[in-house]
Amino acid sequence: MASLKELKNRIGSVKNTQKITRAMQMVAAAKLRKAQEAAEASRPYSERLAAIIGNLAASMSGAAGGPELLVGNGKSDTVLLVVSTADRGLCGGFNTNIVRKAREEIVALERAGKTVKLFMIGKKGYDQLNRLYGDQIIEFISLKEERTLHAGIAQGIGEKITAMFEAGDFDVCKLVYSEFVNVMTQEAVSKTLIPAIEGMGEVPEGDEDAQDLKGAIYTYEPDEAGILRVLLPRNINTQIFTALLENQAGEMGSKMTAMDNATRNAGDMIDKLTLTFNRTRQAQITSELIEIISGAEAL
Amino acid sequence: MADTLQFSLVSPERELYSGNVDQVDIPGTEGNLGVMPNHSPLMAAIRTGVITVTENGAETQFFVQGGFADVTPSGLTVLAEKAVAMDALNEADIEAEIAVLEANLPKLTGDAALAAAQNLDGLKAVLSA
Repeated sequence: MASLKELKNRIGSVKNTQKITRAMQMVAAAKLRKAQEAAEASRPYSERLAAIIGNLAASMSGAAGGPELLVGNGKSDTVLLVVSTADRGLCGGFNTNIVRKAREEIVALERAGKTVKLFMIGKKGYDQLNRLYGDQIIEFISLKEERTLHAGIAQGIGEKITAMFEAGDFDVCKLVYSEFVNVMTQEAVSKTLIPAIEGMGEVPEGDEDAQDLKGAIYTYEPDEAGILRVLLPRNINTQIFTALLENQAGEMGSKMTAMDNATRNAGDMIDKLTLTFNRTRQAQITSELIEIISGAEAL
Repeated sequence: MADTLQFSLVSPERELYSGNVDQVDIPGTEGNLGVMPNHSPLMAAIRTGVITVTENGAETQFFVQGGFADVTPSGLTVLAEKAVAMDALNEADIEAEIAVLEANLPKLTGDAALAAAQNLDGLKAVLSA
């Protein structure tokens, strides 16, 4: 049986932990709201862009020699996995789920005889995958220093990826991140970035305009190829940006849930410890009383 | 037939404008163009400049940098790389960007140089307006 002093100290330390987890939960809740708003605000842009590319792709698909970013370079030997995770831990299974998804992809691709290269965004995923696939990681970016996510970050990453593709470093590019379903649910998903045409089916249904326009005569200014040349890299940037925003919202949601659980567990623990503390104190008083009474009887 | 145009201006971060308007003037890479209701389908690249939206005779202006205008039978969507309402525009920011662009310009070649020069021209025009 632990002494009264020991119990008291433990209750104190659990209470302090509870304070911290409660504060973290509240911070996560506040950040979640912001992240969720940001994720939702970015949706119109990415949806419209996907619809436009869908249109262009439909009109280009017949013609041979479309841009490589759209139709691929005809090979699929080397696959670049862009794995986006959080930079901080203490958010439940959030990072682990993304890493697990990435590992499933890696195993499946390697079984199919492909070479896999990894582009890591976020420190936590890097730490976890570095142990197993350290030599396959060709790039690692941490966003810890960025106070807010803005399109410029995604643009930087996207340009790097496009440059690597043009240099022939890989043939197919896939993006692994966590989709924000709601506060309780985040789902790790993988999406094909390059060739863009393969990712089309995975893009959520565009608005009805997209259907209307198939077959409509579109005027392009400048020409079709010129627009596609600018549009495709931008599509990659946008998809990465969306992934970053979804990730951020997911991270905060997951952290909030994890910290809520932690706070509740700490509360349970405090209750149990307080009970033991009171029992021990009672036992001590009783035994002291017995000592006094038996001492008095002995006289 | 609609006599207003469904217009929305979106940047990667958020949707800046959405509504039914009478006319939108866009700075296209090949020249300025005005879009009115029932325009034929058109896809145009945008240069750095100012978008003017006319709604019930009132004009609203937005500063945009790069992007696309997509005219469909149902309306017009502008996907801007960067977009700011004219009122919220900070002159010092633009001056700083001009300085950076001017410093980098001699290092660029080909398409990139052209794009940067076009961007620079647009920024200067906005600043002097």
